[in-house]
Amino acid sequence: MNPVVMRLTMSGLLGRRRAILFVLLPLLLLLLAGLVRWASGGEPQSTVDLTSHFALGTLLPLMCLLIGTGVIGTEIDDGSIVHLLAKPVPRRTILWSKLIVAWGASLVFAVLPIIAAVEIAGDEGTRLGWAYGVTAALAALAYTAVFVALSVVTRNVVIIGLLYALLWETVLGGYVPGVRNVSIRQWALAAAENMLGDRAPVWGVTSDVSLSAALVLLAATTIGAIVLAVRRLQTLPLTTRD
Amino acid sequence: MSTLVLDHVSRWYGNVVAANDVTMTIGPGVTGLLGPNGAGKSTLIAMMGGFLAPSAGTVTLDGTPVWRHPGIYRTIGLVPETEAMYDMVTGWQFVVANARLQHLPDAEGAALAALETVEMVDAKDRDISTYSKGMKQRVKMAIALVHDPMVLLLDEPFNGMDPRQRLHLMDLLRRLGEQGRTVLFSSHILEEVEEIAGTIEVLVAGRHAASGDFRRIRRLMTERPHKYTISSSDDRRLAAAIIADGSADTVDLTSGNLAVQAPDLGVFVHALPRLARDSGIRLLDVSPADESLESVFAYLVAR
Repeated sequence: MNPVVMRLTMSGLLGRRRAILFVLLPLLLLLLAGLVRWASGGEPQSTVDLTSHFALGTLLPLMCLLIGTGVIGTEIDDGSIVHLLAKPVPRRTILWSKLIVAWGASLVFAVLPIIAAVEIAGDEGTRLGWAYGVTAALAALAYTAVFVALSVVTRNVVIIGLLYALLWETVLGGYVPGVRNVSIRQWALAAAENMLGDRAPVWGVTSDVSLSAALVLLAATTIGAIVLAVRRLQTLPLTTRD
Repeated sequence: MSTLVLDHVSRWYGNVVAANDVTMTIGPGVTGLLGPNGAGKSTLIAMMGGFLAPSAGTVTLDGTPVWRHPGIYRTIGLVPETEAMYDMVTGWQFVVANARLQHLPDAEGAALAALETVEMVDAKDRDISTYSKGMKQRVKMAIALVHDPMVLLLDEPFNGMDPRQRLHLMDLLRRLGEQGRTVLFSSHILEEVEEIAGTIEVLVAGRHAASGDFRRIRRLMTERPHKYTISSSDDRRLAAAIIADGSADTVDLTSGNLAVQAPDLGVFVHALPRLARDSGIRLLDVSPADESLESVFAYLVAR
């Protein structure tokens, strides 16, 4: 980890205009949570519907995509990353520094708002809050790592990321059961299912993957993404073709 | 003293060849990498700076391959062509950050010295997003110089500079060269290169077309026709004498002066005074019409 890289990354992430989305999108979720509370009177089933679909299905991957590309993709796009890479600092350190900032940001701007939204919309004690908190955190780790890696690998990260998060996980996952086995959201939901115990089938919080398999797959995806990102950053060609 | 060595370096993108079997040694002093747009200058500099793997051949800095060796950046300072920087921090913060990334013991002192060198101390506390193109260029220069590198690579450093900044940078590069540093800059503008570079490497269509100082490059091309503009007491009679003598292929009187194209420099410059004397003509002015780098360049491109 390199504190200088982390500080520059943070100012790059929060200093650009798109940073306003980091506030607006969570606010939207909290607003919806308020509406759900007002409409259902704090019924946990409504909270589950809001969280499973909008919060975990749309908001979380979208935020991780914005953050993952924001910590490194924009710099690669405009070429300013050359100033970081032209330093006697191992590329591995540069990538880790950026990833840690991204993880921190997704915790603050996505995971915490999701927990807050669950509590606003209505919880049974803090049961749903904990379950969805852990699920969101696990998913955020994997999503962010994958989107950071994609940012290093391709310039079309936003399109690929949107296709994956919205089309693959949400639409295809809805119709084709097999797709759900290869989905970060489903893997992470295994944690919620497990934590909710006997309440899980009642509320319809289910995952197609067993907890142990899910954790292994999440870890493998995250680590694989990091390894790929480091490798690609070590050989990132930086040039215009004249 | 540091030396960059390119040994049979090629780089291709798919079936487009950007650099074709380039071998050159860049030692202390100022070297100009000259070539038209699209000649492969940026590709070559990217390979020298370790930002692009050669498809074939090797680039070494004092014996160490530059590709995948971030340690070389202790020795190399890089001024990239890209203008983008971290817009949301101030010039000062960014130069200090770069000094810290170089692990300098006194990062702030080094940053201040570098900003003084490029005359950016007054504007150092403004956000980079408010800088003009020339100011950004100078901050990039400060970043490249902050760790006092022995090798400096600059990709089109004069782009976007006003004449005063240009002179200042030329002066700075010349000074760095005199200190024994290895300074390489690319340009497609001939005057810039001619002005400050002790050595010139000419790149045309990915090929290393010529190397040496300006005059040596010029001499390398003796086979090319030499053009002279002559004014004399009687241009018309002199033209007839030259043609009759056979030391020039073409004489042209249409532009008002006498323009001559001679295939052999040596023969013509010896024949001309003799022909003038024998015909009783006074030579008023004999000047080579194409001694500028521009014409050398045009010739190389056409070849």
